[in-house]
Amino acid sequence: MNLNFDYTLFIPEFMLAGLAAIMVALDLFAPQVRKSWLSYVAAAGLAITAAVSLSWVNKDATFARIYAVDNYTTYFRVLFMGTAAVICLASARLVEDQLRHPGEYYGLIILSTVGAIGMAAARELMTAYLSLELLSFSLYILVSFAKFDARSNEAGLKYLLLGAFSSAMFLYGLSLVYGVTGSTYYSGISGALAAGTHGFSFALLMALVLILAGLGFKVAAVPFHMWTPDAYEGAPIAITAYLSTTSKAAGFALLLRLFGGAFQVVHNDWSWIIAALAAASMLLGNLVALQQHNIKRLMAYSSIGQIGYLLMGVAGLSHNTASALVLHLTGYMVTNLALFVVIIAWYNLTGKEEITDFRGMRERAPLLAGALAGALFSLAGLPLFAGFVTKFILFQAATEQGYYWLAGIGVVTSVISLYYYLMVMKEAFVTAPAEGETHRLRVPYVMQGLTVALMLGVFYVGLYPQQLFSAIDNATRFLFV
Amino acid sequence: MHSGYWLIATVGIPLVAAAVLVLVPDERRDVVRWFSGAVGAALFALSLYIFFAYEIDRGGGYQFFIRWDWLQNVGFLRAHGISLAFGVDGIAAPMVLLTGIVAFGGALISWKIEQHNKDFFILFWVLVAGVYGTFGSLDLFFFFFFYEVAVLPMYLLIAVWGSSSTFPTFTRTKEYSAMKLTIMLVSASILIFLGIFAVFHEAGKGTFDLQTLYAYHFSENFQRAVFPLFLIGCGVLAGLWPFHTWSPDGHVSAPTAVSMLHAGVLMKLGAFGIIRLGIQLLPAGATFWMPGLMVLATVNVVYGAFSATAQRDFKYMIGYSSVSHMGLVLMGLATMNVIGVDGAVLQMFSHGVMTALFFAMVGSVYDQAHTRDMTLFSGLVQKMPFFVFFFGFAGLASVGLPALSGFVAEFNIFVGTFKTYPWAAALGIFAAMLTAVYILRMWSMSFFGAFNDRWSGLREMTYLERGTASLLAAFILFMGLWPAPFVDRISETVRHLPGVS
Repeated sequence: MNLNFDYTLFIPEFMLAGLAAIMVALDLFAPQVRKSWLSYVAAAGLAITAAVSLSWVNKDATFARIYAVDNYTTYFRVLFMGTAAVICLASARLVEDQLRHPGEYYGLIILSTVGAIGMAAARELMTAYLSLELLSFSLYILVSFAKFDARSNEAGLKYLLLGAFSSAMFLYGLSLVYGVTGSTYYSGISGALAAGTHGFSFALLMALVLILAGLGFKVAAVPFHMWTPDAYEGAPIAITAYLSTTSKAAGFALLLRLFGGAFQVVHNDWSWIIAALAAASMLLGNLVALQQHNIKRLMAYSSIGQIGYLLMGVAGLSHNTASALVLHLTGYMVTNLALFVVIIAWYNLTGKEEITDFRGMRERAPLLAGALAGALFSLAGLPLFAGFVTKFILFQAATEQGYYWLAGIGVVTSVISLYYYLMVMKEAFVTAPAEGETHRLRVPYVMQGLTVALMLGVFYVGLYPQQLFSAIDNATRFLFV
Repeated sequence: MHSGYWLIATVGIPLVAAAVLVLVPDERRDVVRWFSGAVGAALFALSLYIFFAYEIDRGGGYQFFIRWDWLQNVGFLRAHGISLAFGVDGIAAPMVLLTGIVAFGGALISWKIEQHNKDFFILFWVLVAGVYGTFGSLDLFFFFFFYEVAVLPMYLLIAVWGSSSTFPTFTRTKEYSAMKLTIMLVSASILIFLGIFAVFHEAGKGTFDLQTLYAYHFSENFQRAVFPLFLIGCGVLAGLWPFHTWSPDGHVSAPTAVSMLHAGVLMKLGAFGIIRLGIQLLPAGATFWMPGLMVLATVNVVYGAFSATAQRDFKYMIGYSSVSHMGLVLMGLATMNVIGVDGAVLQMFSHGVMTALFFAMVGSVYDQAHTRDMTLFSGLVQKMPFFVFFFGFAGLASVGLPALSGFVAEFNIFVGTFKTYPWAAALGIFAAMLTAVYILRMWSMSFFGAFNDRWSGLREMTYLERGTASLLAAFILFMGLWPAPFVDRISETVRHLPGVS
């Protein structure tokens, strides 16, 4: 067998690992840089690496058949690095005020990005697992990074315990797959399953269930979502944003690569499981969100609902649905980042995170209020913003695969979600500010710039997505080889 | 120049205006006003041009046609998958004109808004863009896109600038009305959403282009199954009984200009949707279900009129009268014959202008008196003759006085209905008589009789309000005296509608 050991394929990942090391080193040896400048260094490094990774566009290579560098990987490299850069910039103030070791904080974010990219690139079970763990371990620490906050510690512990448990299930599932098919390569598994004449295999079903349970924990699909609200509430807000974007997107990147590359031949054996998870996530996430008072918990349940929409795309997995899924995922990430930047900026200025504390945002910080409204409308799936187009395409793609009923649940729950998003908007726009809190707040320029840039992204996806969708369509082509 | 650019401009101008207003500082209220007034005037001129430049003798097809590809050859979409396809036929042309009139009037009436008038106008122009876009779209995706754009700003428009009212037996807060309206309308669009999914999937053409889908022959069973989705989905926005309850509450809480736009054009989107997505796309389904619509529409007409006779609040009365008059539109559509559908479209225009005038008048007295209870007023004519004149004028149009627009429209509808469902027409005419009851009741209560000194502080309408009212009244008179420009455009197109005999 001719394996290709081309280490240059890993250059972006090497650069990121180096960047993470630089972060820690800067923190140690140049303390004068560490607080205010570190976030910019991290963001700049991530941006440069993202630019470098673009040189693999339209290349199709694998490292020893375990790590693919194709358009799919390149797309997620850029997406994850962009997200990490935004998170780093948005964290600056938080880090200054609350954290002791900023170098480690940024270093861990960057390392987790390496893990996330690996999840998108892996074409072999162990590689996928290791990447998943790299992401998860970084996140366990990040969630509990606010050391002196009891809620943060609680969140970290819960996340760690449930995460470890789900990793074990995932790993057991992988070992069963190896037992059934005799291969850990996606292509090998697919080949063995296609050639298999043994009909229904209980071991394979067990394997699929365990893998889905493990990944279900990672992406927080119902019924494996219990950790989400607590982890979201306890984590520093920027990390909550990170959990709701990269962590989930990486789960889906892995899910698509694994199920598209390895298990597509036995599509009928697992599609019903995912359809059930999708329906449950959409319904439970959006219904429970109605009851929330804390914005982070609200976002936790809203993200569970969003996971349901995305799973709809996995249930009827095909090239078209995969494209639609990644399009929706991208729109969702941009929107969610915009929303979280607003929440972070507001939290930095007022120190509050209950929904009722948003009162008077229109008077006190009009830019934030405008972005809040836009992002919430986008999440609810209203037009002009990203959410409408991406949901429309995703639901229609599911319908094309025969999941008309899932699309129906999706539309109904979108309307439910509009209700609680409007309740947030009501505080910001309709309720008058509290006594003595009417003066204009000064939002730092970095946060203003981030807000505007991300909202432009939301409008771009919502108003002219042809290039983006074509790029995604081109990337997802590589899933089914 | 390509004529389609004019139509694109009807959507582009308000959207660009909204984007420009974002950049205007909060405290420059006069800049916002004059800018919005200019945008309104431009849109009005543009709409007039589109209406009159529409050529009658070209067989009722789409004119001002333009297509910009938006998403194609990607995912499940094929060539022209989703395109910004615009065009007007004889039905859309009067609707475009209506939007121009009401949007201009609404912008002028909103001159006196002080609280964050910038935000108000941003949302207002987004709403207007959505309405124009829906009337112009010839692509299923963009039809729905703009339809939702028109609903999107409503929550904030009502909840921020609206008014809460306390009545003897209940209180109607603006937040409640805004939420009720938004959730009911968006819930209704669930049905449209599902209908679109089904139509696209069934046709299997990989495109949302309406003209391509019109050419596809859907099986009879499919049409029968899917048509109700569009009928009820759009019907809710048209005020179809029993899903009309958002409408009177919404009007009562909404600020003046929003009520005008809402009853004036937004409800027309619903009726227009029934034509575009229902009758044109699924004619066999329409033929099958129209008797059912006729029953509901008759309830609309009679129930709305009865409810209006019982109201004490100006806006509730007009709100229920809108339910009744929109019922006439639906009744006309349900006849599925040329004269009835003609009447329905005429009524859409007539009711739009008339209700806008009604709400503009209510606004001018409410802003001073801070109440809309008609039993509290008396003898207003002595203090505000112009106000009473215009309010009365709208009332006469509503009653269906010959030489005013309402007569032309209702006459056509009743003739069409008598041909097909005589019982419904009889009930409809009975309801038209009830209209006279509640309009004259309002006159006798509020306008005439001894003057109530409590209102001695009331001032006559401002010149701006008189101008707006004159504009609206002029079109009521125009359509009443010389309906030919409307009828020619509409009937030529209606004659070519599938399933309409």
